[in-house]
Amino acid sequence: MSDFVSSFWNIYIAVITIVSILGCAVLLWMQSSAKHVEGKTTGHVWDENLEELSNPLPNWWRWLFYLTVIFALFYLAMYPGLGSFKGQYQWTSTGQYDNEMKKADDQYGPIFQKYLKQDIRVVATNPEAREIGQRLFLTYCSQCHGSDAQGAKGFPNLTDKDWLFGGSPEQIKETIKDGRSALMPAKGVKPDLSGDEIKSIAHYVRSLSGLAADPIRIHRGRQLFSVACAVCHGPEGKGNVGLAPNLADKVWLYGSSEDSIIETSSNGRVNQMPAFGDFLGEAKVHLLTAYVYGLGDGQ
Amino acid sequence: MLTHDKIERNVGLLIVLTILTISVAGLLEIVPLFFQKSTTSPANELVKPYDPLRLSGRDIYIREGCYNCHSQMIRPFRAETERYGHYSVAGEFIYDHPFQWGSKRTGPDLARVGGRYSDLWHRTHLLNPRDVVPESNMPAYFWLDRPLNTADIEAKMRALRKVGVPYTDDEIAGAKKAIEGKSELDALIAYLQGMGTAIKQIR
Repeated sequence: MSDFVSSFWNIYIAVITIVSILGCAVLLWMQSSAKHVEGKTTGHVWDENLEELSNPLPNWWRWLFYLTVIFALFYLAMYPGLGSFKGQYQWTSTGQYDNEMKKADDQYGPIFQKYLKQDIRVVATNPEAREIGQRLFLTYCSQCHGSDAQGAKGFPNLTDKDWLFGGSPEQIKETIKDGRSALMPAKGVKPDLSGDEIKSIAHYVRSLSGLAADPIRIHRGRQLFSVACAVCHGPEGKGNVGLAPNLADKVWLYGSSEDSIIETSSNGRVNQMPAFGDFLGEAKVHLLTAYVYGLGDGQ
Repeated sequence: MLTHDKIERNVGLLIVLTILTISVAGLLEIVPLFFQKSTTSPANELVKPYDPLRLSGRDIYIREGCYNCHSQMIRPFRAETERYGHYSVAGEFIYDHPFQWGSKRTGPDLARVGGRYSDLWHRTHLLNPRDVVPESNMPAYFWLDRPLNTADIEAKMRALRKVGVPYTDDEIAGAKKAIEGKSELDALIAYLQGMGTAIKQIR
């Protein structure tokens, strides 16, 4: 692309380029027409007897040089190189890219379109679609959710049956396309909780999923939980899809140890799933949804 | 007539002709770029000078040598745009002094990493990449969780203004306050999250 502030630069480039190339040709012609005699020296002598010969240019070398000059002129006639002159081939790097993309779309577009028209539940059972989905997953999703889709601390496991934002095909698609953001406020809705009170809540929360906890703290924690946490997590800690996770199951996004629950309760958590709709486009999101939906046995 | 002999025996002439010869490529390939709109003006209205936090993050990126393994330049090939997003254009880098295009990809290209991961991911990943990507060979940058040096931010912005980044006096005056209490990790993540977000790939 050439979009110079003034057309002077087009002329500047064209003139210097042409003059340099022709200059090379002229220099070469001058040098090869000059009188050189085989075996004659330039008169320089170094280190007693090291003489510089003034032989004519070897023919193979001279003709190779002429060929490069011809090639340069041909190149500049065909490809952009002289300022705003576009060349006979009208080549551009973006044009080459667009062609490459078009070729790929022609080749792969029908495959994507075929699955896009099918229901996600159907696509999820198709082995070929699952294979495509897996490759897409490994490219775009595995950095956070892991190559086995089992997640990591702070990044949900997609192979279990627990869905923070719903596990229906429509909900999964919305999650991939538009992203999600989650915010757990520090100390729930009761900012004046003391460290000891949070510890009791942590024991109660652990007891909900059958983990070891101190019975006295469970009793205290239950009352505090109903005030500070139940608004979002529900009176029995079973959570609300899209709002707050279920605390009564065995799935722990940030760990189930007393320390990590205390950390979550005291400092809160902020997390998000980035939106991939614009970047990947509808067809790929569709296949990914089907793949992810299939991972959880369709539940 | 300029013979070999004459040039060789005249040092002044040799110097002039040598300079002339080696400057042709630079005169043709570098100088005109200073007068080209696509290389000197923003690609679109979303390309903005770095705010103080992102600017500090950029300096940490440079200090830690991230450019040794990560490029910031998506070439116009399908293989790259499928993975990274829209190819890079010159107008995205006009406020980069110097640009961080890099030339080596031990890790992935980062030109459009902004918004691709959550802040939590970056935090976890920078402190220990293996926590989120078990097969990663990126070093852990665990020392980044420390207070950001705010002392030289104003001077940095004034220096950048000298080379053409349009920071206003108000922006420079408020810079120290804007990055107070932040960690180096915060700054680096802010820089990464803003990277390449001016051009979106819409399919």
